[in-house]
Amino acid sequence: MPKAIFIDTTHCTACRGCQVGCKEWKNYPPVPTKQLGTHQNPPDLGPYNVKLVRFSEHLEGDTVRWYFFPDCCRHCVDPPCKGASSVEGGIIQDAATGAVIYTELTAKDDLETIRGACPYDIPRQDPKTKRLIKCDMCIDRIQANLLPMCVKSCAMGAMSFGERADILKQAEARLEAVKKEFPKASLLNKDEVAMIYLVADEPAKYYKFAVAEAPSPMTRKSLLAGVFSPLRRMAKSMQG
Amino acid sequence: MTNHYTDIGNADAVFIIGSNAAEHHPISFRWVLKAKDKGAVVIHVDPKFSRTSARSTFHVPLRSGTDIAFMGGMAKYILDNKKYFADYVLDYTNASFLVGESYSFKDGLFSGFDPAKKKYDKSQWAFEKDENGLVKRDKTLAHPRCVINVLAKHYERYNLDIVSQVTGVSQENLVKVYEAYAATGKPDKAGTILYALGWTQHTVGVQNIRLAGIVQLLLGNFGVAGGGINALRGEPNVQGSTDHALLYGYIPGYHNAPISTWKTLEEYQKANTPVTKDPKSVNWWANRPKYIVSLLKGWFGDYATAENDFGYSLLPKLDPGMDCSHLFIFDRMYQGKIKGGFIFGHNPCQSFPNSNKVRKAVDKLDWLVVGEVFHNETTDNWRRPGADPKKCKTEIFLLPSAYRAEKEGTISNSGRWHMWHYKAIEPIGQCRNMGEMFVQIMAKVRALYAKKGGALPDQVLKHELPDRFDAEEMTRKINGFFTRDVKIGEKEYKKGQLVPGFPLLQTDGSTSSLCWVYCGGYTEAEGNLAKRRDLTQTPMQAKIHLYPKFAWAWPMNRRVLYNRASVDQNGNPFNPEKAVIAWQEGKWVGDVPDGPAPPMAMEGGKYPFIMCTDGHGQLYGPGREDGPMPEHYEPAETPLTVNPFSAQMSNPCMKTVSGSEYDVLCANGDPRFPIVLTTYCMTEHWCSGSETRNGPALLEAEPQQYVEMSPQLAEEKGVKNGDVVVVESLRGRVEAVAMVTVRIRPFTIMGKTVHLVGMPFAFGWTKPKCGDAVNRLTCSVGDPNTTIPEYKACLVNLKKADKVTEL
Repeated sequence: MPKAIFIDTTHCTACRGCQVGCKEWKNYPPVPTKQLGTHQNPPDLGPYNVKLVRFSEHLEGDTVRWYFFPDCCRHCVDPPCKGASSVEGGIIQDAATGAVIYTELTAKDDLETIRGACPYDIPRQDPKTKRLIKCDMCIDRIQANLLPMCVKSCAMGAMSFGERADILKQAEARLEAVKKEFPKASLLNKDEVAMIYLVADEPAKYYKFAVAEAPSPMTRKSLLAGVFSPLRRMAKSMQG
Repeated sequence: MTNHYTDIGNADAVFIIGSNAAEHHPISFRWVLKAKDKGAVVIHVDPKFSRTSARSTFHVPLRSGTDIAFMGGMAKYILDNKKYFADYVLDYTNASFLVGESYSFKDGLFSGFDPAKKKYDKSQWAFEKDENGLVKRDKTLAHPRCVINVLAKHYERYNLDIVSQVTGVSQENLVKVYEAYAATGKPDKAGTILYALGWTQHTVGVQNIRLAGIVQLLLGNFGVAGGGINALRGEPNVQGSTDHALLYGYIPGYHNAPISTWKTLEEYQKANTPVTKDPKSVNWWANRPKYIVSLLKGWFGDYATAENDFGYSLLPKLDPGMDCSHLFIFDRMYQGKIKGGFIFGHNPCQSFPNSNKVRKAVDKLDWLVVGEVFHNETTDNWRRPGADPKKCKTEIFLLPSAYRAEKEGTISNSGRWHMWHYKAIEPIGQCRNMGEMFVQIMAKVRALYAKKGGALPDQVLKHELPDRFDAEEMTRKINGFFTRDVKIGEKEYKKGQLVPGFPLLQTDGSTSSLCWVYCGGYTEAEGNLAKRRDLTQTPMQAKIHLYPKFAWAWPMNRRVLYNRASVDQNGNPFNPEKAVIAWQEGKWVGDVPDGPAPPMAMEGGKYPFIMCTDGHGQLYGPGREDGPMPEHYEPAETPLTVNPFSAQMSNPCMKTVSGSEYDVLCANGDPRFPIVLTTYCMTEHWCSGSETRNGPALLEAEPQQYVEMSPQLAEEKGVKNGDVVVVESLRGRVEAVAMVTVRIRPFTIMGKTVHLVGMPFAFGWTKPKCGDAVNRLTCSVGDPNTTIPEYKACLVNLKKADKVTEL
């Protein structure tokens, strides 16, 4: 039975327990950072940061909005990165959980192609091993009957892990409740991904890749036709 | 906390002021979110928009140091609009008490002020008593000297216009908060106030909290589920260390430290034991002598006898009025009056105000012993930037401490839950826990004393100290034992048996207890109750998230203090849906009640505020150093030249030190330093950061000193986001990265723009290029009741850095 994680950003306080917990569990080395005028640090996902809390602030009239978005791989139900991969066994999908896993064979894959295929701009590359890196849903922990590290370390209880059907039900119930205070609230690409985010406002106000542009799942055919990669390149140039 | 963490989930309104709960006490916020999900309004009032504000229903920015103006306005709003819980105010508070004729308040000063000593004669604020010694009351509330009328008169001046001008909060926002929170004045509604160091770290810190107490009393929010006044205390175990009197002015269990004029135990007990003539008042502190004698028995064991005052004469005595808080200790150190000492679990060269002075003060020591896990700004003071190690005379001994996971013991959370903390692994290398260090050091000192003698030998040798430190055994000793076979009522207790609860502690030396509030937490029948993890509860308890068998809470496992104020005079809960206690079939059910007495209206009934001498919640409280009711004074350093509330600019009683060239304060409205600085902790680093700066993933997330400022101030100063700036005060300079953010707003104060900037204090030089102590900017002034320094408001200026050395 596929699994899913519900991330309720209306309960997230950006304590970054998930970001730090993830990094500690994976035993990734520290990345030298500088204070650049924001709490978001490191500035972006990287080979040693597969979970990153993104911060965005807005002044609307006299009201401040500060949004937090714990970004990581969405574990697409039909993952476009897998479709784009030309290396057999590089990107696999675990049948039991639905987790999308990058194996050591991804070292032979092309980062640009794989990253270009991802509507959420997730994949990164380890400069040493050349292996492509992203969240693996803590498949090791799940198989040992433990919660994924981000869920485990979420002090606010903003993240829940479980059977996809149950999680969807929970997410939809929460959406209904939240809509009373935040009419623009939505669940992001809930039918296409296992990492289901609830946001209270327009997704772009959280992060430009919070939601996939294309509403339907990417097919291998459309990717091979190169329909998607120009979009990604455009987005990348916007990213500056 | 009068209440506790899980209880926050019961609130209809959560009012967070003087706290950034989500960032600094994250677990409290889990329960705030639960309350919000159930429909509670969450109000955040704080100088900056933080992660707490982001998840609150709304945030209102206020200028740092103006909380009394803000809350005084709320008190006035509640009184003017009759939003208070009338029965509760009349029956359970001192609203109807008559204030004595000698009380007055004129232009910022209460009666009895001695300007030379900067002290009040508090006797001038006393209540009027009748010929039997009972406080006079007028239950019609018509008498002009009734507390409620004195209170209304005092806050008459706190109108929306003046409060708005001083705080910088728009009148619209003031009303929005007042209205939302005052709605909890109904019998079946509850509001909780959460505060933390944002309130205590002011020269009016205690009065900030007093005023929250007044508001909660007016609204009937004490004793009820989802109510109370709740100080958030964190992992430094501030709750436990306060209970055990880490502070110089107290001995364990909230008793005053002896002073030299209390020469005998009898004199001490007389001066510290309140008396009431009112039979309905429990006046719990009348029991103090039992706790003092049991404490002395715990300290001195068999040596302590009635004949030798149970060893009272061996206790150190302060001179009257002597201040040994860290502001004054470091001042004496700076003046070369202290030769050496121990610093455990503190990083004063980073976290105490006026760090330039503190660092130089430490230079004057001959020797210093520091117990620490990591090297920090205090352990390595001798090699700090700008210091010449060759010229440093201080010999510093660093004792390696066991880390959290390497030791066991108890931690008391803010809700007074006493919780056992298990050891995961043995300490590495030579590291030891602090208890072991103390026991072993004292054992050597005592052996040397026994052999060679020394100053004050009895003080050193008569203490009953263990041979080795055992946290479990210490917990038993804190609970206390019977020191001989006794019979109390029908029951017999054997020597060495644990005392079942503090009501059984005695004045005759037959019991010992190292801290009375914990007596009852370790029992013969169930052992160490701090280890309990049982979640069973009755249906009544389940409605209010009350888990009586999870850990143990002082006092006597009572989870909500003053819970007798949650019921009417016949014992019926004001809010039956969220009842804390209820009188059913001749007994109390629910939480452990505040004493076994029946409801107030019944024969033998008692008033609910059992710790107050007169049994009533103190709207008017004549016990504090700086007034019976809070009054707005500006911080010691203020951007204003006039205090519109009175001619008294700053707290007339505030503590100041004057031992060095660093103890300087800006003139009011000093044009050289027009910006208000407020300082704070952060989520990613713990306190002074000496531990967490060594956590790579944490340092990666928050690597360097920053200063948060508004886009308007940045533009004025020609600073861009990410630029390095120099922030300067009269006492020092600090380099920081500019974090230009809409989360900080300029204030309009008395018609002028006042800017505020905020800086965390976690970054220190021992971690290269992360910045250095922000406390080089803050000043050595303190609250008159506690001497807690004013970290939250001082004056600075800033400019773009020409040269960067610290980052």
